[in-house]
Amino acid sequence: MTATVPGTRHGLVPVCSLDDLVTDLGVAALVGDTQVAIFRLDDGSVHAVQNLCPFSGANVMSRGITGDRGDEPTIASPIYKQVFSLLTGKCLVTMDKEPVAGGPDLAVYQVSIDNGQVMINLAGGE
Amino acid sequence: MGAERVIVVGAGMVAQRFVQSLREQDEAGRFEIEVYGEEQYAPYDRVALTSFFSKAGPEELLLGAPELWDDPLVTLHRDTRVQRIDRKAQTVSLDNDVERTYDHLVLATGSSAWAPPVPGVDLPGVFMYRTLDDVAELRDWVRARQAIVGRPVRGAVIGGGLLGLEAAGALQSMGATATVVEFANRLMALQVDDSGGEALKSLIQRLGVQVKCGVATSEVAPDADGNAGTLKFSNGGEQLVDVVVFATGIRPRDDLAREADLPVGERGGILVDSACRTEDPSISAVGECAASESDQGMSIGLIAPGNTMADVTAHRLLGGDEVYLGADTATKLKLLGVDVASFGDAFATTPGALEVVYSDPFSGSYKKLVMTDDASVLLGGMFVGDASSYATLRPMVGAALPGDPSSWILPEGQAERPDLELPDAANVCSCNNVTAGSIRSAVNDDGIHDLGELKSHTKAGTACGSCLPLVKKILNTELEKSGIEVSEALCEHFAMSRTQLFSAIQVAGLTTFTEIIERFGSGHGCDICKPTVGSILASIYNGHVLSDDRAALQDTNDRYMANMQKDGTYSVVPRIPGGEITPDKLLVIAEVAKEFDLYTKITGGQRIDLFGARLEQLPDIWQRLVDAGMESGHAYGKSLRTVKSCVGSSWCRYGVQDSTSMAIALEERYRGLRSPHKLKVGVSGCARECAEARGKDVGVIATEKGWNVYVGGNGGFTPKHAQLLVEDVDDETVFQVIDRYLMLYIRTADRLQRTAPWQEEYEGGLEAIKDVILNDSLGICADLDEHMTHHIDTYEDEWKAVLNDPKRLAQFTSFVNAPEEPDPSLAYVTERGQRRPATTAERTALVHASSTSTSETESPS
Repeated sequence: MTATVPGTRHGLVPVCSLDDLVTDLGVAALVGDTQVAIFRLDDGSVHAVQNLCPFSGANVMSRGITGDRGDEPTIASPIYKQVFSLLTGKCLVTMDKEPVAGGPDLAVYQVSIDNGQVMINLAGGE
Repeated sequence: MGAERVIVVGAGMVAQRFVQSLREQDEAGRFEIEVYGEEQYAPYDRVALTSFFSKAGPEELLLGAPELWDDPLVTLHRDTRVQRIDRKAQTVSLDNDVERTYDHLVLATGSSAWAPPVPGVDLPGVFMYRTLDDVAELRDWVRARQAIVGRPVRGAVIGGGLLGLEAAGALQSMGATATVVEFANRLMALQVDDSGGEALKSLIQRLGVQVKCGVATSEVAPDADGNAGTLKFSNGGEQLVDVVVFATGIRPRDDLAREADLPVGERGGILVDSACRTEDPSISAVGECAASESDQGMSIGLIAPGNTMADVTAHRLLGGDEVYLGADTATKLKLLGVDVASFGDAFATTPGALEVVYSDPFSGSYKKLVMTDDASVLLGGMFVGDASSYATLRPMVGAALPGDPSSWILPEGQAERPDLELPDAANVCSCNNVTAGSIRSAVNDDGIHDLGELKSHTKAGTACGSCLPLVKKILNTELEKSGIEVSEALCEHFAMSRTQLFSAIQVAGLTTFTEIIERFGSGHGCDICKPTVGSILASIYNGHVLSDDRAALQDTNDRYMANMQKDGTYSVVPRIPGGEITPDKLLVIAEVAKEFDLYTKITGGQRIDLFGARLEQLPDIWQRLVDAGMESGHAYGKSLRTVKSCVGSSWCRYGVQDSTSMAIALEERYRGLRSPHKLKVGVSGCARECAEARGKDVGVIATEKGWNVYVGGNGGFTPKHAQLLVEDVDDETVFQVIDRYLMLYIRTADRLQRTAPWQEEYEGGLEAIKDVILNDSLGICADLDEHMTHHIDTYEDEWKAVLNDPKRLAQFTSFVNAPEEPDPSLAYVTERGQRRPATTAERTALVHASSTSTSETESPS
């Protein structure tokens, strides 16, 4: 693996092999200057959101606990335990706190798997 | 003053109840009440007589609110005996020659202890067990003999009923040996059958009390000094004794009534009708001195029927029409910590009655239900050793019991128990006559939603308390019906509480989250249930926190075995048992801190915290520490943190025990033990308590003779001092009681519940916990001991294990596509010679500065 992936704002960027992802254990990836948190769930799906936790300002989302609320897969921040949807990035539980870095929701990035490679598209981030 | 005078003869529990009941109902103040008692005390809790030995003084046994005796309409005359009743003149004569007239007379003279007329029953050293004075004299005698004989005082109790076993417990608690001698072929012959008697005998013998059944005592022979010295039995046997207690039964005290020509029962007791009136309409009799037609003219030696008679009499005086329907002889007792209960037709005397029996010789419990011949309706039951179903089943007597009757007596979890809906008329609290209907009405109509308020409002559970679990269940059921949330569910994925989930996982032997959520939950879990299950699995099996699918269950601290700080970096704390560390190890810590530029601070738990370590640095840092012989301090876990100690007798001028060695032994014993919340322990080498041990979950404080162990202390948000568990014990006992205390806590506490609130909310409180740990009242001590032994035997240093496992090490990388690259967003400033995370304002300034290429920040690499 290379030390850093050349940053690009457009199109899919390969970040790792699907085999690098352990079910329910998130990883962080550096895509240009952007930190992305990537999760593989037990249904085989792969999700990517911003690694920055809006409520603490630390890049830690990849180290949170996955789960679900109803049918919606979620990720909980390890710092103050806010819960976010992995599908929409929406903050579902604020724990009565105000965000310190941007809005309360996470940016969600498009993920595709190509030949066992996990590809992230930062352009889809919102 | 009241227009009519009520005189109460006797100042015992039932007299107190009568006065309280009449004063509560007589709002107009129609009656003035005079109470005459021959004892020097105000009415006290005779049922709890044995607790006198563990209480500070007689005043702790006093009954009811003291204001009752300050009421201007109530006068209590202690030390005063009524000599005679003149029915014609409506007067009583007192032993000071005063005569008092009455409008109504209530006899509540109770009963007296009866001893068989064997030779020697009046020797010094022979005692009865009935009054506070009896118990105080017994205590003084045992203490005095102890000083003379220089070995444990030999005690014997004649009579293996309720009071006899209480007395045996009292002897043991004073350090005397105890032998119970029972004439019948079993203990507690009135409450249990032969099999139950056998179970009780073996449970009590396990506690060190000798039991002889089917043996008659023929003589108490004197020793050389003329004190009780030898018990002689009718079978020719003998036993040396220093003290003998007769607990061979009671006789109703009906002499006053006999002398006044009031009719008495065949076997004694003043005859009364269902309104508790004697033949003379202005005289009533209540409690053990009375023999009611509702009880077939028999006197009943239980407090609950006495209280009912007192209430009926008070109600009648005010013109009511309540009747006493006869005694509910259901009893639940705790004798020497062993539960004994029976209710309804416990001896299966109903024709065709079926007996469903469960007996477990290992735990010693014996349980029996008596059902109608078609096994549909509950007639009665009997419990020895484990009476946990008593409160639920007793009110169901005469009602259909749904499901398989055996489900109620098999150990919990072995069979599904159907939900019971009690009929409104079912008597839930037999002490105070409270029905299920009146509890429901208090919840629904009076809007009482709190157990404490419900108790004071309905009086349910305020006497013996055995019905409280049932009262709580009714409360919760009613609240649920009205849509008020009382859920104990862990989260949306598990409907169980942590305690229930713990035993479910343990019983089912499940080891992975996937199996557990499939079996007991739903969905994929969340940040609440996953760490809880992770902690439970670690508590039960003590496997590595990162093994199998467990890594994904852990909060980030456990997942990376370090404490996450506000900027996403971690702090590292090596274990320093008891706070003792060599200069060489200090040097290693210092070198590591310098090399990785870690902010260094001494913790409150006598160790050293190294801050600012990045995820990918943790393995390198730990390799250095492990190579130098250090191990994980579990500062990140819901687990044992530290055992704080003072230096103790090895250096200190005042220390009486070696607190440092004890602290190290405890820390090495419990290191790595996962629990519902963090655990802290302290050990002080003398009563000066420099280690502040009573602020810890477990505090061990040296005494001249050994150690005192305190439990349930807390710093934090709601500080609590730890409470005394055992006194003056040796090292081995310290380990044993703490093993059991911690394991019981781990098994039964709620998620994130510290020991202090757990101890308060545990059913029966610290006393019940003591009973489990010290008297093995649940029969689980062997299991708790084994569980802790397993933990100790299987302990491994988590960090060392990870360093040896390339797969787990692979998780410790900053970026999946750049494993060595530091998080570029980290920024620090220097303060007092060390770094700390930059504030937002400082960060903005830094970005500006770095764009102009001069920076004071330290690079995160």
